[in-house]
Amino acid sequence: MPRKTLEIPLSVEHLSILDEKGKVDKNLEPKIPKDRLLRLHRMMKQGRAFDQRMLSLQRQGRIGTFPPVSGQEASQLGIVAAMDPEDWMVPAFREMTAELWRGRSMESILISANGFNEGADAEDGEGPATDFPVSVPVGSQMLHAVGIAWGIQYRKSDRVVATFFGDGATSEGDFHEAMNFAGVWRLPVLFVCQNNQWAISIPRKDQTRSETLAQKAIAYGFPGIQVDGNDVLAVYAAAVEAVDRARKGEGPTLIECVTYRMSVHTTADDPKRYRTDEEVDAWKKKDPVERFEKYLLSKKHLTKKKIASLEEDIEGEIKEAVKRAEEKMGTIGDPLEMFDHLYAELSPRLKQQRDALERELSELQEDSNHG
Amino acid sequence: MAKMTMVQALNLALRQEMERDDRVIVLGEDVGVDGGVFRITDGLHEAFGRQRVLDTPLAEAGIVGMSVGMAAYGLRPVCEIQFSGFIYQAFHQIENHAARLRWRSRGRFTVPMVLRAPYGGGVRALEHHSESREAYWAHTPGLKMVMPSGPRNARALLVSAIRDPDPVIFYEAKALYRAYREEVPEDEETLPIGESQIVREGDDVTMISYGAMVRPTLEAAEDLSQSDGIEAEVVDLLTLSPLDDEKFSRSVKKTGHAVIVHEAPGSFGPGAEILSRLAEKSFFYLEEPVLRITGFDIVIPLFAREKAYIPDARRIAHQTRKMMKRG
Ligand SMILES: Cc1ncc(C[n+]2csc(CCOP(=O)(O)OP(=O)(O)O)c2C)c(N)n1
Ligand SMILES: [Mg+2]
Repeated sequence: MPRKTLEIPLSVEHLSILDEKGKVDKNLEPKIPKDRLLRLHRMMKQGRAFDQRMLSLQRQGRIGTFPPVSGQEASQLGIVAAMDPEDWMVPAFREMTAELWRGRSMESILISANGFNEGADAEDGEGPATDFPVSVPVGSQMLHAVGIAWGIQYRKSDRVVATFFGDGATSEGDFHEAMNFAGVWRLPVLFVCQNNQWAISIPRKDQTRSETLAQKAIAYGFPGIQVDGNDVLAVYAAAVEAVDRARKGEGPTLIECVTYRMSVHTTADDPKRYRTDEEVDAWKKKDPVERFEKYLLSKKHLTKKKIASLEEDIEGEIKEAVKRAEEKMGTIGDPLEMFDHLYAELSPRLKQQRDALERELSELQEDSNHG
Repeated sequence: MAKMTMVQALNLALRQEMERDDRVIVLGEDVGVDGGVFRITDGLHEAFGRQRVLDTPLAEAGIVGMSVGMAAYGLRPVCEIQFSGFIYQAFHQIENHAARLRWRSRGRFTVPMVLRAPYGGGVRALEHHSESREAYWAHTPGLKMVMPSGPRNARALLVSAIRDPDPVIFYEAKALYRAYREEVPEDEETLPIGESQIVREGDDVTMISYGAMVRPTLEAAEDLSQSDGIEAEVVDLLTLSPLDDEKFSRSVKKTGHAVIVHEAPGSFGPGAEILSRLAEKSFFYLEEPVLRITGFDIVIPLFAREKAYIPDARRIAHQTRKMMKRG
């Protein structure tokens, strides 16, 4: 019998609960308490409004380059809403709304976006101690989640780790190594792929010949599920299952959130070079925020009036945050502090360099006073 | 001749080499439809098609490893790593294979590839987008390391790199991409890899630099000349490996003073090698210890503080002046 068919799991589920019109599948609807639903809604609105404010600040030259998140709010919030604050999050670079949910302040995000290392300071409540800072090298952070998860298993803790990455990241070797390691040791990791259809100018179909990204988990021996990433209920339901599996020691899950990057890749990008307005418009109809709002309106958890006053509150908070950030930025920026935090202790050579810079800055200052 | 930015000049080099030689293949992330995030490959996709300009999946080891195979097969891949800060994902392909396939196969296979990558600070970029880590590649046997300093020499050196029989790492300073325009001849122009240039003549001090630091070094030289009558000879290395140590050593024999300027951290940086060559070749002519003006031995800060990190004309002039007044 030289040739036969081996039975391996070869299907992935796709989960969708709330459709584009805001209609819910009653059988699948997760039981989420009203206050949590409202917090989710608030965070979505805040994430969207803050993103748009950042875009306009960037256009005015008041912050530097940043990667907008608009369109991906549900993909992020559905995951973090299913986690405890004590769980771990290892983000990529486009997880602003997830970070906000976890407690990072808008000020700290603005300070980072202005090129101050202080944006990652923990002191002003910039997120829980179990959250990693953003990671720009695509795919590199997933292995850290695996290491944390190994530690959790070793210490017999019941914490879980969620790591975020994009569709493009699934082409990097690090992605495959992380998935493989997590599978081998059945580690408590949620691999959250935000398939936003684009990796800068490369469309999802040119990234991999695989039909779905979720199916990549099969090769590593654990489940993968594809969810409508613009449906926060579906993302949440999938995340709850994955967290549950992880806490019970049943190992990792890959969740592919099918979503869309509604804005530019970063503010240095021009999407008109590679995608059409029609495509963007088609996805706008699937907007995660509007959809969820319709759902909450139909459940009578919200009224149009409440939404309007919420929007006003959020605008006020953002304004305040911008003001506070700009005030703080006026008080920081001492160049000598660039030597901080590289080592536990500065080497003698680095101290010399720091002292020499200090001297030089004052000499140059004197020169310009005289000149 | 047309006035071009470095972006346009590099594009010209690629376009002409692709026209001339169908073995030349461009590959990398976003180099096709998008024309590269810095637009170096703009229009090549339309002109030469998907077979000659490959938008690859997002994987640097894939890009470099595949280029090694293409080159060994007889093609002339020119791959782009979108930012040199992401070259490390391909480190093993460069060190273990690109640099040594010729050696390992006793010359049976060769790797005539070019790896282009933008490097350096000064453009208010995100983390990992501003480093200057050329020392890694200058340190690696089997590679050539080229770092142009302006549109015209960038074009000529890229042509030479593409035609070179060995792997060339080609670092382009982002800060120079659109900084200024220069006359670039439409007709073919090459520059020999491994040869530096004297870009300003002077008898008092030799200033050795490369890449983005050549401009502020020249500016500092002008300042020293005007305000102190100090005449600096400025050497633009253009290639780090193989290092042309003849010109700067000869210059130092004349001036007795040497200043080395680079953006990379000082310790174990290119300046350390230059200094050693000076110690070997011009030691008895040095009237003062050699001065290195470099990045500090720290991670380059995010952009709010990057100006304090990167050497500029003021810092270069100030430190050089102090050295010259001591003597
Ligand atoms: C290792 C690495 N290579 C290249 C880049 C440049 N880059 C930044 S984001 C990006 C595309 C990422 O696509 P995806 O993983 O889908 O995430 P998205 O940007 O869509 O959120 C690229 C190529 C990088 N940051 N890191
Ligand atoms: Mg993507």
